[in-house]
Amino acid sequence: MSQSNGAVVNHVHRDDFGAKLGMWVFLFTEVLLFGGMFLVYAVYRFQFPDLFKLAALELNTGLGTFNTIVLLTSSLTMVLAIVAIQKNKKNLSLFYLASTIGFALVFMVVKYFEWSAKFSHGIYPGSEELLNRQNGEILFFGLYFVMTGLHAFHVIIGVIIIAFLMVFVYKNKIVHDNYVKLENGGLYWHLVDLIWIFLFPLFYLIH
Amino acid sequence: MADGNTHVAGKSFYEEGTTKKSTGITSWLFSTDHKRIGLMYLVTITAFFFVGALFGVLMRLELMAPGETIMGAQEYNTLFTLHGVIMIFLFIIPGIPAIFGNFFLPLQLGAKDVAFPRLNLLSYWIYLIGSVLVILSLFMQGGPIDTGWTFYVPYSVRTTTSVSLPLFAAFVLGFSSILTGLNFIVTIHRMRAPGMNFFRMPLFVWSTYATAWIQVIATPVVGITILLVIIERSFGVGIFDPALGGDPILFQHLFWIYSHPAVYIMILPAMGVVSEIIPTFSRRTIFGYTPIAMSSLAIAFVGYLVWAHHMFTSGMSDTSRVIFSLLTYIVALPSGVKVFNWVATMYKGSIDPKPPFLWVMSFVFLFSIGGLTGLVLGSITADIHVHDTYFVVSHFHYVMFGGTGTIVFAAMYYWFPKMFGKMYNIKWANINALFYIIAFNVLYFPKFIMGYQGMPRRYYDYLPEFADLQMLSTIGSWIMFATLVSIFLNLFLAIKKGKKAHNNPWGGVTLEWQTSSPPPLLNFDREITVNHEPYDFSQLKELDYESK
Repeated sequence: MSQSNGAVVNHVHRDDFGAKLGMWVFLFTEVLLFGGMFLVYAVYRFQFPDLFKLAALELNTGLGTFNTIVLLTSSLTMVLAIVAIQKNKKNLSLFYLASTIGFALVFMVVKYFEWSAKFSHGIYPGSEELLNRQNGEILFFGLYFVMTGLHAFHVIIGVIIIAFLMVFVYKNKIVHDNYVKLENGGLYWHLVDLIWIFLFPLFYLIH
Repeated sequence: MADGNTHVAGKSFYEEGTTKKSTGITSWLFSTDHKRIGLMYLVTITAFFFVGALFGVLMRLELMAPGETIMGAQEYNTLFTLHGVIMIFLFIIPGIPAIFGNFFLPLQLGAKDVAFPRLNLLSYWIYLIGSVLVILSLFMQGGPIDTGWTFYVPYSVRTTTSVSLPLFAAFVLGFSSILTGLNFIVTIHRMRAPGMNFFRMPLFVWSTYATAWIQVIATPVVGITILLVIIERSFGVGIFDPALGGDPILFQHLFWIYSHPAVYIMILPAMGVVSEIIPTFSRRTIFGYTPIAMSSLAIAFVGYLVWAHHMFTSGMSDTSRVIFSLLTYIVALPSGVKVFNWVATMYKGSIDPKPPFLWVMSFVFLFSIGGLTGLVLGSITADIHVHDTYFVVSHFHYVMFGGTGTIVFAAMYYWFPKMFGKMYNIKWANINALFYIIAFNVLYFPKFIMGYQGMPRRYYDYLPEFADLQMLSTIGSWIMFATLVSIFLNLFLAIKKGKKAHNNPWGGVTLEWQTSSPPPLLNFDREITVNHEPYDFSQLKELDYESK
């Protein structure tokens, strides 16, 4: 016998473990996406070790460190948002999610100033200033813009995701006994953080 | 328990949908039912398959006689690129997983749907958007892409044709592929019916599982590679440009790190279908269940480590060439394990040569030729002689079209009664199988000979000594196209006015044969518990099988 009577069948299927498994597999693909870039970086760093060092000196380590702290803190507020919802504190959770977005925006603003400083010095892909330099430096800055750009794109996606999560929390779609969406959003955000943790030393710190 | 009458009482998924209205175009386009999504893929993929096949026929027509026959060099370049892009990215990669995986994976697991039904619908939409982008790119400024489906730099960066859009389309299609793979992995881990442990899963599920992992692991790498080419075209960063210190060979490495595993995305699900069809029509449990299941995983794993055999002439150290050649030989072993186990399954079986079985036999024949010529290409010295000749083209078509393509038809003939609840004309299907294998060999076998004699691939013109074989091949393409149309007509007429199919017309014992044809919305009218191995034909007595 058919189990349903109406035309619309709501077969409610909830599997938090499955949802998180799916998210982990997705994060795995993200790691591999960036993995391709890290591979390219490794190849060219191996080919031009001295020029990469030279070019890295021109990046502002102070701003990079500041951004690292900002992003790490945003991961903390993300975790706190999950803890808050577990304790059924909706407004606190919303506050922490808003702070996460706030930190993400600070990160983007700093990134904007860093990039525009480079642009004003005439350093951007295909610029005359850059093309006059040696190959290793051209590649270093090429990779810098591509990899931090791709990462920044992920930050923007993250902001959009967290904004949606805030709506879900506000509308009680995410509650203290059903918050797997929030956890998955958190996992994504930690990945964005983690990738920066690798980008930061590769571009700013190794001299 | 499972007699046909109780099933007839329930509504099929055609009469009952997940949307408010159960009929009309929106009830399909917005349906999260895995069966409807599978059928939507079927319609879209079939359409693209015929477009791709038509391009192939046009190319063969150009090659019918030496010199310019119906088109010039540029049009020919465009056609072979589009033929490749459509057949690879729109037909053969999504083909079996998206159509039959979507439809039958949950059924074979005894599940109600996939783990993420809405994500499944999103995958279809992304696929649709990707395919629309491919079509749009034909009308962009600069004209359609002419790089070949491998998009090799530096040409793909320098050509003035529209390259970025089709590349982006491939990126989007990759996204769809990733989401489908992700969905299947979670489905297989989380949605199995009670009692169905991993070693009671049908082998199609196993091969889909291995495929899903390749989709998830390999696709992001080509995604980033494609993005890099687009970035290179737009901004000139220099990553693949030797003038700026970059290395074009690096593109080939990155491209093949995905695209070689991708050929296993194409062939593994086909091998899974073979492992379903052979036991059913031999009435015998599969020989060597565990080795077949494990060989899928072995292929998926070793398949990652052979990519550079596409690059034997691109400039590599001899050490790496020897290593990649050796690994290429090793990847042939698990395929051999499968073939021997299939043959052993048929031994002393009670073989019933219905159309699906005949198509599987065509597969074994064509795929063996394709596989063995692969070994010719895998050995470095032979490869350097036949590299970039028709020999490669022919090998590729024997494994991809003769392998996976044949199995798309076999799967269609096998599961058609379950999908549509109708039966096609069996005699017609048998005749089609015969014509198919003749057409296939007339079309592609001459290419082995031409390739060995030095006919390079991707040329719209050739020396007069190749004229006879080229003509023969072109005649083969006409028979092939006629056969494809005939196959389509047989199945299309069956949907329109075929006889009603029985729930279990072939005597299969996997779970999809234990529900009605077509299945109800939630797949089964009862709760499923599994207490048999997947190919235990002793349960056929108690099942609802129409024996003649």
